Amino acid sequence: MSLLHEMNERALAHGVPLSVHIDVTYRCNERCGHCYLDHDDHGEMTTAEIKSILDQLAAAGTFFLTFSGGEVFLRRDFLELVAYARQLLFNVKVKTNAVMIREREAQELRRLGVEQVQISLYSHRPEVHDAITRFPGSLAKSVRAIRFLKAQDIKVTIANVLMKDNFADYKGTQELAHELGVHYTLDPTVTPKMDGDRSVLGLRVAGESLPTVFRDESLVGDVAAYCAPPPAPGDDIMDGYPCSAGHTSCYITPYAEVFPCVQFPIVCGNLRQQTFEEIWRNAPQFHEVRSIRARDLTTCSGCGHVGTCSRCPGLAYMEGDMRGPSTADCEKSFYRTGIPSENMRRRGLTAPPPAGLVQIGSLPA
Amino acid sequence: MTATYIARSSAIASRVLAGETMVMSVLDSTFFTLNEVASAIWRAADGITPLHEIVARDVCHEFEVPIDEALADAREFVRELSAHGILQISDQPILPTVPTIGTP
Repeated sequence: MSLLHEMNERALAHGVPLSVHIDVTYRCNERCGHCYLDHDDHGEMTTAEIKSILDQLAAAGTFFLTFSGGEVFLRRDFLELVAYARQLLFNVKVKTNAVMIREREAQELRRLGVEQVQISLYSHRPEVHDAITRFPGSLAKSVRAIRFLKAQDIKVTIANVLMKDNFADYKGTQELAHELGVHYTLDPTVTPKMDGDRSVLGLRVAGESLPTVFRDESLVGDVAAYCAPPPAPGDDIMDGYPCSAGHTSCYITPYAEVFPCVQFPIVCGNLRQQTFEEIWRNAPQFHEVRSIRARDLTTCSGCGHVGTCSRCPGLAYMEGDMRGPSTADCEKSFYRTGIPSENMRRRGLTAPPPAGLVQIGSLPA
Repeated sequence: MTATYIARSSAIASRVLAGETMVMSVLDSTFFTLNEVASAIWRAADGITPLHEIVARDVCHEFEVPIDEALADAREFVRELSAHGILQISDQPILPTVPTIGTP
């Protein structure tokens, strides 16, 4: 067991929010078609409010702090917030599109001790990346920023969201990451908008294309192990938690709302009205999320994939039931292993329905 | 005997979790957990208190360990952390560095 895993277990046992993701703004200078956010400012937190929350998180035991958005550098106080977080000794990760990072910002991030910067990049070709971000020149600016950050020896990860429009470019983007000397992650998850609008799901890659990615050794490592049929789940799996959301991690919006996760938009409280401790300890929504074990899942508890599936309780919640299946993850499990999920079997399917239909929601039984 | 001063690096993240101290180097992501004795030394590493005073005050007194044994262990411990860049060692007092904007 790794030290980090041990710490996660310890945090779970003591109810400590080890990892917190805070979006400091939803405003953005890009307009990515797949983004789940409303970019208008509806009254985002002030500098003082965020600093107060950081104080509370430090007292609650939070160690990993992710600053994200929106585009974090649109806040003029962003580096001040990072400096404050570092004074409180958080491990700070920044998610950004990086178009506003120049040499000075890179130097500051290094000096302040940011552990890593994750940058969204959708293609190595400007005609594809810039079309997705709807920001001409954005690829060039982001790549320039990566070079500035690398010059400061900051750990950088390129995060690529795999969609229909950039599927053909995922290898090229991976090669660009290799050339730049940075890490590369690829995620085929496109989530509904925060307001429930599911129209963006039409951008998802067709399921039939997923095996190409799942059988790419450079992405998944040991393909045979990654795509192997799932082992029979034991009691440890059935008594286990679906994911860390609400257990050792949570998400805070720019409007001070607390969710179990950025992909789990159930409001557990607002930090303008309650303390973090009150919300984390007492919110009924957190208690409900924490009460769920794998054996409580309405369909997935009878699914052979239950121990290995990437099932997202937030996506399941957005489909209507936090204890139910997340259709997109059923699809991933199927295309990874070739074995239909219980959700599919109950619907009489041996393969997921056409991708265009998967996005709509629960299909009739 | 020359005094040894120790100070926590500014390039670390740290938090106490259920009695143990988590420390991560933000330079290379090396992760450590410190037990109670090591945590006591870590907390006291202010750059101005000599190591032998820290050991006498926070280790020998609190954990009832003989000074020679405790000091030898502490020297080994600080050498290891220093090798990973998360603790500074000097024979002179070390001035603190706190991350603030625009003050390199």
